[in-house]
Amino acid sequence: MADNVLALRGLSRAFGALKATDDVSLTLRRGEIHALIGPNGAGKSTLMALVSGKLAPDAGQIWLEGRDITGLSVAARARAGLGRSFQVSSLIPEYSALRNVMLALQARMGHSYRFLRPVMRDQALISGARAILARVGLGPRASVEAAVLSHGERRLLEIAMALALSPKCFLLDEPMAGLGAEGTKQLVTFLHGLKQDAPILLIEHDMDAVFQLADRISVLVYGRIIATGSAAEIRANPQVRAVYLGTEDSL
Amino acid sequence: MDSTRKEWLLNALIAGALFAVPLWACVVNEPFIITLATRIAILAIAAVGLNIALGLGGMVSFGHALYLGLGGYVAGIAAHHAFHGTEILGLPGTNQMLPIWALATVLSGLVAGVVGALSLRTSGIFFIMITLAFAQMGFFFTLSWPAYGGEDGLPIFVRNQFPGLNTARPWEMFLLAYAVLMLCLAAFAGLRAARFGAALMAIRQNPDRAAALGISPFGIKLVAFVLSGMITGLAGAMMADLTRFVSPAMMAWTVSGELIVIIILGGVGRLFGPVAGAAILVGFEVFFGGLTEHWKLWLGLVLLAVVLFARGGFIGLLAGRVRHGG
Repeated sequence: MADNVLALRGLSRAFGALKATDDVSLTLRRGEIHALIGPNGAGKSTLMALVSGKLAPDAGQIWLEGRDITGLSVAARARAGLGRSFQVSSLIPEYSALRNVMLALQARMGHSYRFLRPVMRDQALISGARAILARVGLGPRASVEAAVLSHGERRLLEIAMALALSPKCFLLDEPMAGLGAEGTKQLVTFLHGLKQDAPILLIEHDMDAVFQLADRISVLVYGRIIATGSAAEIRANPQVRAVYLGTEDSL
Repeated sequence: MDSTRKEWLLNALIAGALFAVPLWACVVNEPFIITLATRIAILAIAAVGLNIALGLGGMVSFGHALYLGLGGYVAGIAAHHAFHGTEILGLPGTNQMLPIWALATVLSGLVAGVVGALSLRTSGIFFIMITLAFAQMGFFFTLSWPAYGGEDGLPIFVRNQFPGLNTARPWEMFLLAYAVLMLCLAAFAGLRAARFGAALMAIRQNPDRAAALGISPFGIKLVAFVLSGMITGLAGAMMADLTRFVSPAMMAWTVSGELIVIIILGGVGRLFGPVAGAAILVGFEVFFGGLTEHWKLWLGLVLLAVVLFARGGFIGLLAGRVRHGG
């Protein structure tokens, strides 16, 4: 389908006898947020690793805008247009917030083999990074080292770096993890706008956030997708209620 | 004063001192001191090379003596054939430093490319051991190569020439080493500030993040490793000319260790870390080496103190930690 930005087809990956990912197929359409939920141990992290390229699948393919990226490395997938954030903030700790985003911009331009011009005199890089920091609300914190940013700020910086890549799709791994109620609310608003830039495959534990944000939800249990649908459909799905949501009584 | 300005001031002081001391020695006619300063400068060049791999890239190469020795043997072999008027591989020898340096740099870069391509697939202790293994191969190869002296080494009877200078004079040899050191420091500062350095230092801190941004760690690290080997190889050619002798000892693993010690003493990844570290090492050797043959014990204690209490080395102690702000 032409409006599928990302498509997983029959992805499988086993660790010994454990099928961590079992014949998973899903699509991410232009302009949508597709959330992936599932109880602990359902295989969300494995699926994330397969999509980002950290793990190779035993079977199946990953297509990004009509291109098979299954055989590409992590870096090559990023260059192909996959912008990811990590579950545990993964930043360049000694770099300021600004330089973290500048690095992402430099990576997008694909020019890391330049030896002469100092990056701190590269106005295009600096102003581009400042604009992105301002957009996620980190403008005033630009010169603070990533290592000393607060947890919430680090989550935002993760997203700023993904944004700087101008990716074809975002892969956000629990962006709300550890955020307070206020932080989560702000991020929900932000992600709602972000999906206009590129569609988002969202792995998230915060059910309220998922049901507010997601256009479609897929439920992963024991490595398999047992249901895909709108928030209302997922809420109503008896199988989902039984294996997953029923345990929380939160619907 | 912020730490960046402090560091530049400190760097200027070190650069000034390294120039002023031999200048004074030249005036009062103390060639030994001039030669010491030249040795510091050349060791510092070698360590600037290693500082690219180790300091910026976090690649703990325990085999950089290989490139030092390679450069040394290029100088020694070229001079040997020039002296005897014989040929090597159909080419005449030369007693000109410039082509010797070019060859030493290129050859070291090629070897570093092969070593790097094979060893950068590993990391941590395995990387350290593989780089050490390659250097030991070089060491034992030269040891068993009778054509160029084997374990006795190869003397350079007349120091090689540089256009416009009389390299036999200690002061002019010093000027040459000092100028090359400054050029290498400028190259180091330049690539560190450029996009390449930004990528390389990011990979040292968080290779997964760099890859997720689309920067392949392997390629950047390999290029850094090659540049690193090239500069250390250049230093090797100059070192052989300074001592007018090259032997397998130049490739010994203790030499690789010394280069690492220089960087740790001076400050890992700091521009003038190699200069400060080389000065400290040579200073220890001369002053404490005269008092006791166990001077390395005292150097070891200093190294221990640096590792435990002053992780930034000499530069870090005086100038504070690095800031990548803006």
